Amino acid sequence: MAEEEVITIRQLTVAYDANPVLWNITAAFKKGKITAIIGPNGAGKSTLIKSMLEFVKPATGQVKYSIDKQTKEYKKVKNKIAYVPQNSSVDWDFPATVLDVVLMGRYGHLGWLKRPKKSDRDIAEEMLKKVDMESFRHRQISQLSGGQRQRVFLARALAQQADVYLLDEPLAGVDMKTERIIMNLLKELTKRGKTVIVVHHDLQSVRDYFDEVLFINQEVVAAGSVKEVFTQENITATYQQDHNLGEGASS
Amino acid sequence: MSSIAEITIIAVIVSIACALPGVFLVLRGTTMVSDAITHTVLLGIVLAFFITRDLNSPLLMVGATLIGVATVWVIEALQRTKLMSNDAAIGVVFPLFFSLAILLITRYTGDVHLDTDSVLMGELVFAPFDRMTLFGIDVGPRALFSMLIILLINVVFISLFYKELKVTTFDAAFAAAIGISPVVIYYGLMTLVSLTAVGAYDSVGSILVVGFMVGPGLTAYLLTYELKKMLGSAVIFAALNSIIGVQAAFAFDTSIAGMIAVLNGLICLTVFIISPKKGLIKNWMLKQKRKEAFDQKLKDTTKR
Repeated sequence: MAEEEVITIRQLTVAYDANPVLWNITAAFKKGKITAIIGPNGAGKSTLIKSMLEFVKPATGQVKYSIDKQTKEYKKVKNKIAYVPQNSSVDWDFPATVLDVVLMGRYGHLGWLKRPKKSDRDIAEEMLKKVDMESFRHRQISQLSGGQRQRVFLARALAQQADVYLLDEPLAGVDMKTERIIMNLLKELTKRGKTVIVVHHDLQSVRDYFDEVLFINQEVVAAGSVKEVFTQENITATYQQDHNLGEGASS
Repeated sequence: MSSIAEITIIAVIVSIACALPGVFLVLRGTTMVSDAITHTVLLGIVLAFFITRDLNSPLLMVGATLIGVATVWVIEALQRTKLMSNDAAIGVVFPLFFSLAILLITRYTGDVHLDTDSVLMGELVFAPFDRMTLFGIDVGPRALFSMLIILLINVVFISLFYKELKVTTFDAAFAAAIGISPVVIYYGLMTLVSLTAVGAYDSVGSILVVGFMVGPGLTAYLLTYELKKMLGSAVIFAALNSIIGVQAAFAFDTSIAGMIAVLNGLICLTVFIISPKKGLIKNWMLKQKRKEAFDQKLKDTTKR
């Protein structure tokens, strides 16, 4: 049986003020697989995730989702996609408890104006248990460690009960326990046929954690199964040019 | 009702109406944008006055709110060019719009009540003289009703969009991903701030409105760990400060709005120092404790 492609990216080019960040990216992500997006700083990894969520408007190209047999754009399937932003992108002094944050995972399903119900609360509690944070449910989020914050973020994504999970550097600066919990949960998701895409920076752990890998450095360098594609050659090819150190303006 | 009671009620309503959107301004770190708005709305009032020639026309509210939102938009647009910081953009737009309003008032409206003193400082003490009559019956001061309506609008907006305000403030990227537009909510909130500023400027003047918005919110922020509790405490502080402020202003025979604003500032600073959750003393004690633990560890290590 041919492997089902859940997300297809075709000839995607993204530029900030005519500075290309992503150039002619064509890629696909397979159902039930966990894929690492790998590349040096400034390679456009986060931008790729952001264009998959339609935060940035591409100069050309498109991202399509085929989640329930039909091919659609992001807006039509947004409730089936969970997103974990970089840990550092939010204000952790915000007056909210751990449970409040996880409950936000239900907001997309509720839509505008509706309040979370008991059933939403139950889902949030269940996900907190999965990330081993249930005893922290009423803790204020500023009192959490980096790893605990990341687990709360993952619990929020799980509460979205999505089919596709996009995570931007979920293992950046977390402890070993958190890393294990996160990777086990992501593995479990793929076993249930969910698709997981992770921006990843630690080359050492790619073989242990991932099924597929996408090397990018503005352009696609290589893509495929970890077994076939995760080679020293491809790593060198991806990292040889650092766009942050290149000449001229950066965005 | 005695006029001091009426003044107290108006002050409490103005304070609460300001404190509610103020909570979100504090959380978003956009208090200075609101400072700009509370001043530039004056331009909207003046421009609308030139059209209607009536100080009591509701069109003044509309004009002012529009200019308030326009202020936010211009500041954002300048900032988006990346040639100017947010701080500098506020520093340019706010005085420009505000001084234009002052020029227009001093040059063309010398003969009406729209004088600079009352615009800057407000005249809460005269509020009971401007009455509202319904079918020939005196039902109370006009300012009381206009502020009640604004308070009601604020309460309705914040309760309807509570979840949206919360998620866009905490994590804008996530909110956008799940289809709750942070831009729409931000402009909604800024419309609310503009509307409140216009309503409040009559009673407390444009200079002090920002103190009414930020003071109670920031005080509550220093004391609470949950958004609902923060909103609740902000309302309580707003009400208490106005009740005490009115009494004190009469006792010392001084500006009412000024006295409430001073209280807002003083209470906020006091809480900043003594708050058991995020206060200065608490912070210092934690640091001291960490230092002692560190010194002890260092001593133990070097001994071995």
